[in-house]
Amino acid sequence: MIEFWTAYIWPLSVMVSQSLLLLVILLIGIAYVLLADRKIWAAVQMRRGPNVVGPFGLLQSFADLIKFVLKEPVIPSSSNKGVFLLAPLVTCTLALAAWAVIPVSAGWVIAEINVGVLYIFAISSLMVYGVIMGGWASNSKYAFLAAIRSAAQMVSYEVSIGFVIITVLLCAGSLKLSAIVAAQDTQWGLFGWYWLPLLPMFVIFFVAALAETNRPPFDLVEAESELVAGFMVEYGSSPYMMFMLGEYVAIVTMCSMATILFLGGWLPPAPFPPFTWVPGVIWFVLKVLFMFFLFAMAKAIVPRYRYDQLMRLGWKVFLPISLAMVVVVAAVLQFGGLAPK
Amino acid sequence: MILPATILPALFFYLFASICVASAFMVIAAKNPVHSVLFLILAFVNAAGLFVLMGAEFLAMILIVVYVGAVAVLFLFVVMMLDVDFAELRQGFLQYLPFGALVGVVLLAELLLVVGAWVIGPGIPSAITAPIPTTMTNTEALGRVLYTQYIYYFQASGLVLLVAMVGAIVLTLRHKTGVKRQNIADQNARTKDTAMEIRKVTSGRGLQP
Repeated sequence: MIEFWTAYIWPLSVMVSQSLLLLVILLIGIAYVLLADRKIWAAVQMRRGPNVVGPFGLLQSFADLIKFVLKEPVIPSSSNKGVFLLAPLVTCTLALAAWAVIPVSAGWVIAEINVGVLYIFAISSLMVYGVIMGGWASNSKYAFLAAIRSAAQMVSYEVSIGFVIITVLLCAGSLKLSAIVAAQDTQWGLFGWYWLPLLPMFVIFFVAALAETNRPPFDLVEAESELVAGFMVEYGSSPYMMFMLGEYVAIVTMCSMATILFLGGWLPPAPFPPFTWVPGVIWFVLKVLFMFFLFAMAKAIVPRYRYDQLMRLGWKVFLPISLAMVVVVAAVLQFGGLAPK
Repeated sequence: MILPATILPALFFYLFASICVASAFMVIAAKNPVHSVLFLILAFVNAAGLFVLMGAEFLAMILIVVYVGAVAVLFLFVVMMLDVDFAELRQGFLQYLPFGALVGVVLLAELLLVVGAWVIGPGIPSAITAPIPTTMTNTEALGRVLYTQYIYYFQASGLVLLVAMVGAIVLTLRHKTGVKRQNIADQNARTKDTAMEIRKVTSGRGLQP
């Protein structure tokens, strides 16, 4: 019985409690990230933003949560009910599942797998199913049109993201997320991270991440002026909340991917005290918040792209550039003798 | 009660395998083709789980990225766009049953032959029973053989895919005349002089051509 306890129950309970802890922290973080998004947007437009619920509106997200949960979920009578309810679940679950492999500090990760980058890439390529299923199952013209549009957009920008990730992998020599961070740990600190040597790829990754998560200026999925609210038009109450939650979790996941791939993950910006005294997880959170601030500012100040311009940018600009950069980076690493062993 | 170390992988194997087989059956049994594709995706995901259990983590992830993330999305697109009367489609079921059964039997025989050759082939027992090396990751091991021993096959398969892609474009490309296209370079090259014309309009007469 003791062996059974030590071999199965104890590791299982440790893993479950770790995952629960991560989920709780992540979800509370998302609540404030959402608030920050609205506050930043409001500040750019010289408004106050949400400021009624709690001090400075700090409890706004929780009030919204209670409002969504207590509302009656309306399911259109001609919809495909199973798929209709499955779609938000898929979106939300997949977005949260990506966090299983994200290292927030040295060794602080639920599952340290060798193909961490591919896992995140696979999860983010599955995110498109929530959109398609939701759009199709609603049995509505607007929702379906938006779903098709959005799926095409997400599939297009995934290709560029794939090539950007490949250049980072070439430099780091590993598919493991913690090894990629470790490869950026140089004596130059901030300037040894990959954002500087791979600056064009960082920019492409940022823009493609905006498109991949359907954030403005690429929020053609929601495009309220033409498509009402996109594929979510028939949703309300908790299913709608799960879509929103999944979307924001995906955004934060993309921010942390940018942090890990280009901003040195949990590494301090300078490799000497007092910077090294600060725990790695704080640097990680600060960098993720910085990336999110960029996302929020892009939402506030850039006008929406037209759909054909979006497709042109993805296929005719980003794809050739990222493809060429893979070749250039590989050649420099190979002939410059810089390739990781 | 002491459980052997293999019991957890075995439990997961039966979980993934049973869901995989059941969803593969539902692909052909489901009435709605969109549901069929969704079950196909479930089957793919569970097959990826089986790959992980075998220690082939790279293949598992690639299966999801390529098949689930890209190919199945296109399937789903096509199926959703089609306007087919499914009741009508089902009427010919019995008519095509013998042919379908024949294809199934041929496939089964081929699979058995492959498995048979795998079991009795020379050198295979050592390949199966060799432990997975712990010093090298799965991805690295694949890369080492793929880019050395099998480089020609690898390049050839890439060429085949390229030709297929070019072929698809050639087959569907239509050059329509009279379509207004947007040329981004032209649009960016426009200046105030080329885009605008300022004319004096005399009151009551309008613009004279």
